[in-house]
Amino acid sequence: MPEKPKMPGVLKGLGVTLRTAKETMFPDGMLRPPSPSKGAATVQYPHEKEAPAPRARGVIALKEENCTACMLCARECPDWCIYIEAHKTLAPPRREGGKPRSVNDLDRFDIDFSLCMYCGICVEVCPFEALFWSPEYEYSEVRIQDLLHDKERLDQWMGTVPDFEAYESGSEAKVKKVPR
Amino acid sequence: MTHAFLGVELAYWQQTTIRVLAGLVAVLLLTGGVVYLYLFKFVSFMQSRLGPMEAGPYGSLQLLAEVGKWLQKEDIHTKDSDRLVFGLAPAIVLTSTFLMFVVIPAGPNAVIADLGTGIYYVLAMSSLSVLGILMAGWASANKYALMGALRAGGQLIAYELPLVLAVLGVVISAGSLNLQDIVAAQSTGEIFGWSGIGNPYVLTQLVAFLVFMTAVQAELTQTPFDMPIAESELVAGYQVEYTGIRFLVYFISEFATAVGFAAVASTLFLGGWALPASWDISDGAMHVIGPIMISVKAVFLVGVVFWVRFSFPRFREDQLQRLAWKFLIPVALANIVLTAVFKVVF
Repeated sequence: MPEKPKMPGVLKGLGVTLRTAKETMFPDGMLRPPSPSKGAATVQYPHEKEAPAPRARGVIALKEENCTACMLCARECPDWCIYIEAHKTLAPPRREGGKPRSVNDLDRFDIDFSLCMYCGICVEVCPFEALFWSPEYEYSEVRIQDLLHDKERLDQWMGTVPDFEAYESGSEAKVKKVPR
Repeated sequence: MTHAFLGVELAYWQQTTIRVLAGLVAVLLLTGGVVYLYLFKFVSFMQSRLGPMEAGPYGSLQLLAEVGKWLQKEDIHTKDSDRLVFGLAPAIVLTSTFLMFVVIPAGPNAVIADLGTGIYYVLAMSSLSVLGILMAGWASANKYALMGALRAGGQLIAYELPLVLAVLGVVISAGSLNLQDIVAAQSTGEIFGWSGIGNPYVLTQLVAFLVFMTAVQAELTQTPFDMPIAESELVAGYQVEYTGIRFLVYFISEFATAVGFAAVASTLFLGGWALPASWDISDGAMHVIGPIMISVKAVFLVGVVFWVRFSFPRFREDQLQRLAWKFLIPVALANIVLTAVFKVVF
């Protein structure tokens, strides 16, 4: 025998919705004029911006100088949405009289945000601190192919990456620094 | 047959045209108002949000934007659908909605047709919509639509009974099927010899009122009784294949029926357009106050319907049928017996 609706519970449910309506419509109490835009929990987006949490996964930013084109991120990406091309080049030696160093120079570093599923594996796997999460979220495009963002665009988002927050007390790990 | 209207002699057809047009405008205005007030705003507030805010001040023109959008949409039908029946179904549902309003009085003379069997006619017309829904489900050539239509058929017929039985209590108390007589009986009535507020039947027929409103909720297929259009299992039930203007017709008729049933309920239980006779308000004033009274009462009752709709989750099919057959119908029958006994004894 399935349960029947419980009578006081049903009335309580009506009370909950009515109270929420009252609190939304009259956030300052019933005697003040109604101001639903103050009482509502939502944000009227294009007119007022939402403040995302500092560690929100908005978009992936790239610190171009740190990238060695090791391809770890591209290979770990579940969607294969990272495209990297690079060529070898000779950089000046670190010390006087040394041998010129062989480094990878990035030609192309594109992330296709129409494929990206924001898993963050690329950020975790990067050993050279070149990829970071930024809470920036306003980068929608009219055409889907415009969501393929290149390394210049990804580099601009580095400015919006917030500093890492301190770990809770007792943690042995050192707080990483965001390269500026 | 001629009647004076604002001092002008009008032929019967002219009068009828004016009444029908006035009725249409009133019904559509009320429906639009109710949709904006409750579906867009009150429900949003119940969910701690604002609802539409962009079209017009506080989103007041949102409904026009929606109608405009629907009118532009392509008229699609499935390959195997029975096109004549498919096209006719929404028209039948809308017709049954509008025919309900014919006998609902909004003032001493403001009624399109003052039938002797008014309430009987209202209930008959409102149950016509089952036909349209079954036609829609069958003609759509879609299993979800058919399932939805069959559920709707089962539900509407099951809840038609408590609806009628609840009304009988009022009819016995008032001693008439005519809606004007029922309004007059409430206006001139008295409760245990006190006539200060007349005798609105919501007080003396409270059980009938509660049964009636529950059945109305189910007749309108509003949540918790929205098994026929359960979107998580049947997509949209019998409406699933409808687009554009045909869907718009279903939308209008859903909310116009809500207004219609609310108007019937306020006529039967809340005293309709009339104020208590003991307040001694002249007939001339009632021509103006009457329509306002019934509109306010009907809009309030629609608010209750929407309040319930957005508070509760959906009944399962067996729970829904059990509520009708095992609870509402026995209660309504007991109410009829008690009412009849009281009527004879007192």
